[in-house]
Amino acid sequence: MALALSDSIVLTQLDKLANWVRKNSLWPMPFATACCGIELMATGASRHDIARFGAEAMRFSPRQCDLMIVAGRVVMKMLPVLQRIWQQMPEPKWCISMGACASSGGVFDTYVTVQGIDRFIPVDIYVPGCPPRPEQLIQSVIDLQEKIQKTGTLTGREFVKRDHSEAPRPLAVEMEPTQTIVAPADFATGTRLRLN
Amino acid sequence: MPVEAIEPIAVEEPEKEYLWTLNFGPQHPATHTTLRLILTLDGETIVNAVPDIGYLHSGFEKLGEDLNYNQYVTIVDRMNYISPVANEIAWHHVVEKLLGIELTPRCKYIRTLFAELMRLHDHLLCIGAAALDLGGFTAFLYAFYQRELIYDMCETASGQRFHPSYTRVGGLMYDVDDAFVQKVRSFVNGFPKAYHDIVRLLNRNRIFIERTRNVGVLSKEDAINLSCTGPIARASGVVRDLRKDEPYLAYKDFDFKIVCGTAGDCYARYLVRMEEMLESLQIVDQAIENLPGGPVNVDSQSKVVLPEQLSTYRSIESMIQHFELVMPNRGFEAPRDELYGAIESPNGELGFYIVSDGSERAYRARTRPPSFIHFAIFPHLIKGHQLSDVVAVLGSLNIIAAELDR
Amino acid sequence: MSHENTLRVLQERFGAGGFTTSEFRDNFRVIVTPSQLYAVLECLKQACGFIMLIDITAADYLHYPDARDRFGLIYSLLNIGTGERFYVKTYVNEPDLTLPSAFPLWHGADWMEREVFDMYGILFDGHPNLRRILMPEEFTAYPLRKDYPLRGRGERHNFPVITRAEG
Repeated sequence: MALALSDSIVLTQLDKLANWVRKNSLWPMPFATACCGIELMATGASRHDIARFGAEAMRFSPRQCDLMIVAGRVVMKMLPVLQRIWQQMPEPKWCISMGACASSGGVFDTYVTVQGIDRFIPVDIYVPGCPPRPEQLIQSVIDLQEKIQKTGTLTGREFVKRDHSEAPRPLAVEMEPTQTIVAPADFATGTRLRLN
Repeated sequence: MPVEAIEPIAVEEPEKEYLWTLNFGPQHPATHTTLRLILTLDGETIVNAVPDIGYLHSGFEKLGEDLNYNQYVTIVDRMNYISPVANEIAWHHVVEKLLGIELTPRCKYIRTLFAELMRLHDHLLCIGAAALDLGGFTAFLYAFYQRELIYDMCETASGQRFHPSYTRVGGLMYDVDDAFVQKVRSFVNGFPKAYHDIVRLLNRNRIFIERTRNVGVLSKEDAINLSCTGPIARASGVVRDLRKDEPYLAYKDFDFKIVCGTAGDCYARYLVRMEEMLESLQIVDQAIENLPGGPVNVDSQSKVVLPEQLSTYRSIESMIQHFELVMPNRGFEAPRDELYGAIESPNGELGFYIVSDGSERAYRARTRPPSFIHFAIFPHLIKGHQLSDVVAVLGSLNIIAAELDR
Repeated sequence: MSHENTLRVLQERFGAGGFTTSEFRDNFRVIVTPSQLYAVLECLKQACGFIMLIDITAADYLHYPDARDRFGLIYSLLNIGTGERFYVKTYVNEPDLTLPSAFPLWHGADWMEREVFDMYGILFDGHPNLRRILMPEEFTAYPLRKDYPLRGRGERHNFPVITRAEG
C-alpha cells in the first residue's frame, strides 16, 4: 500500500491512526510446518488466546493476511513455496519467525534445512525456543504491535529502506567439529564454524 | 525457482480432456502441515491422487549417525511431534535392547504412564483436527483443553511442555514427584467428562457420520498388504497390537483391551481412537495407583547411566564413571551388531533399525515411520470419492508431516 | 518365537548351505545373495505365511570396520498369524546396484523402495514408479551415503534472496 507521496510530506497523526488500526488487527497467515505449528495452534486455542490481541482471524489465504508466522523448519523443497506465499501477501506485511528452526536452522544443521529463513525472506521479529511457549509467541505479537506503532507509516515508507539482505554474513569456512577449539572467552567463534 | 507439478500421470488422451488437475498443498490448512496432493478430478470425483512429499525432510537419519544415543533422543522427539515422549520411549527401548539393559520397575511404570498419556495426546489431536477440518470447531477446543492438561503434567515431570527429551539410556532425566502424581490423578478424574462432551458432539452427529461413513474404506487384506499398523489396521479388522503381542515395558501388569473394528472406513477409525482413549485412561489410572518405589535409573554398575552427582565428589568409581560417559572420545560401549525393535506408538508400529559399530553413536539409525507408510495408502483410499472427502480421509489417517518426511 | 519351521522350509527350497543365518537379541536374520532375494521373499510370503512387510531399509557400510560389501538391504517381515518376525538381508556393491523389487509381493514396498532409491541410489527392477520421494527431483546426490557430508555441499544456501524493499 505504498502511496506515491514524495519524501517532503510527513503525516504524523494519520500515521499514528494507521498504525493503531493495523497493529490491533493483525491477521496471521500461519505457515505452520512442524512442531511449532502445534504451539501455534495451542496459542490460538482457549487457554492462551491470541484472539485477545486481534490476531484471531487465521486466514489461510495469503491474499487476506498481513502477518506471516513461519512456525517450524523450512527445508529446501519448501522454501520456494514460502517465497511465493510471501510475495502473494499484499502490503503492509510483517513476518514473525517462530522457533529456533525458522530463525536459524535450530537443531537441524543438515544438508537440507535452510539455516534461518532470514537468509531468504525479510523477517521482523524472531521468537526463540524449541518450541516457544505460547506466552512467548503472544509476547512476540505484542512486540510487533509496538514496532508497528513506533515505526510504522501510512505509506509503507519504512519498508522501502530495507533493501539489503538481512541474513548473517556468508560463512566462509566450515570446519570439522574435531578441528574447532572452544577457548574460554572465545565467544565470537565458540561454535563449530569459524568466520575467517 | 517455481514449484513444478511433477505429475507422472499425464492426461494425453483427447477423450480424457474433461479431467482437471488440482494442487492440494503444501500450504493448506487441512493438510496437517506440509503434504502435497496432485489430484486429477472429473468434476468433483477424484480419479487419481498422487502424493508429493518431502517438504519437511530435515535429515533426521543423517543426524542419527552424528549424535550419540543420548543426544539423538532430542531429534527423535521431533518426529511425531504430537506424541513426543512416545518417540523417545521407542528410541530408548531399541537402544536398551541393543545394549542389553533391563530397566527398573519404577522406570518401566513411568514410561508406560507417559506412553499412554501420549496416546491420549495424539488421539485427542487427531480427533480434534478431524472435527475441525470437517467444520466442528468446538470439539477441537475441548480436545485442546485436555491436551493442555497433559502438557502441564509433562512440564511438571520434565520442565518443558513438549519435546522434553525425557528418557535416557537406562532411565529417565528426572524422577517424578508428588505434584506430578496429583496432577495425573486429577486428570484421570476429569477426563471422562470431557470425553463424553466430545462423544455427545460427534458420535451421533448426522453431519459427521455422513461425511465419514463409508469414506476411505480399507479392507483387511489391503491393510496387511500395504503394511498398515496401529488404529488404521485395527479398524480394518487386523487384530494386532504390540502392547499385547510383544509386551514391552510394564504392559504385562495392566488390564486393558485392544480395540478393533471391522468396517475400515473413517468412522471406524474415529471410533477405534475414541475407545482406545478410554483404555489408555484405564492404564494411566492403574499405573499411577500402583507406581512402585525404588530408583528410576539403572544401577551405575552397568556403565550407561550417569551416577548420582554427590557420589562423584566422594567416590573415585563414580567419578570415573562420570568421566567415561561425558568426555568426548569416550562413551557407551555397544555391541557391534544390528537390530530392529518397535513399540506401539499412537499412530502405529514405530520401530528403529540401529546398526551399531561399537561406539557411542549409531552407525545407522533408521526410523520405521508409521505415517510414511500410511500416507502411501491414501491414493488407494480416495479413488472414486469426492473432493471434500479428501479432508475426511486425511484427518482419519493422522499423517504427521515430520514423521512422514523425517 | 521359534524359527525352526521357517528355516526348514527355506532349507528345503534353497539347500542347507544356500544362505547364512545369524541371530542377535530377538532378531533372526537370513543373509542371501541378490540373485536369490526375490525367490526367498516369495517363499517366505507364500509358504511360510509372512504376509506383512514391516520395513525395507538400507545401510552404507563404507566406514564400518571389517565390512566386505558396501550397501546392505534389510527386509523386515511379519507373520500376522503367529507373530513371528523374520529379517532378510542382502548386500550389493557398486557398480551394479540393482535389485528386484518386492512390489509384486507386497504393495507396501512401493514407497519404502522409493526412499531407499532416493537416499542411497539403489535401483529396483520392476518398481512401477521409481523416482525421488523426499528430496527435490532436481537433487543429484544420494544423501544418506557415507561420502555425502552431513551439512551438504552448499545446496541449502543456493536460493534467491527476497529483500524487504521488493516486497
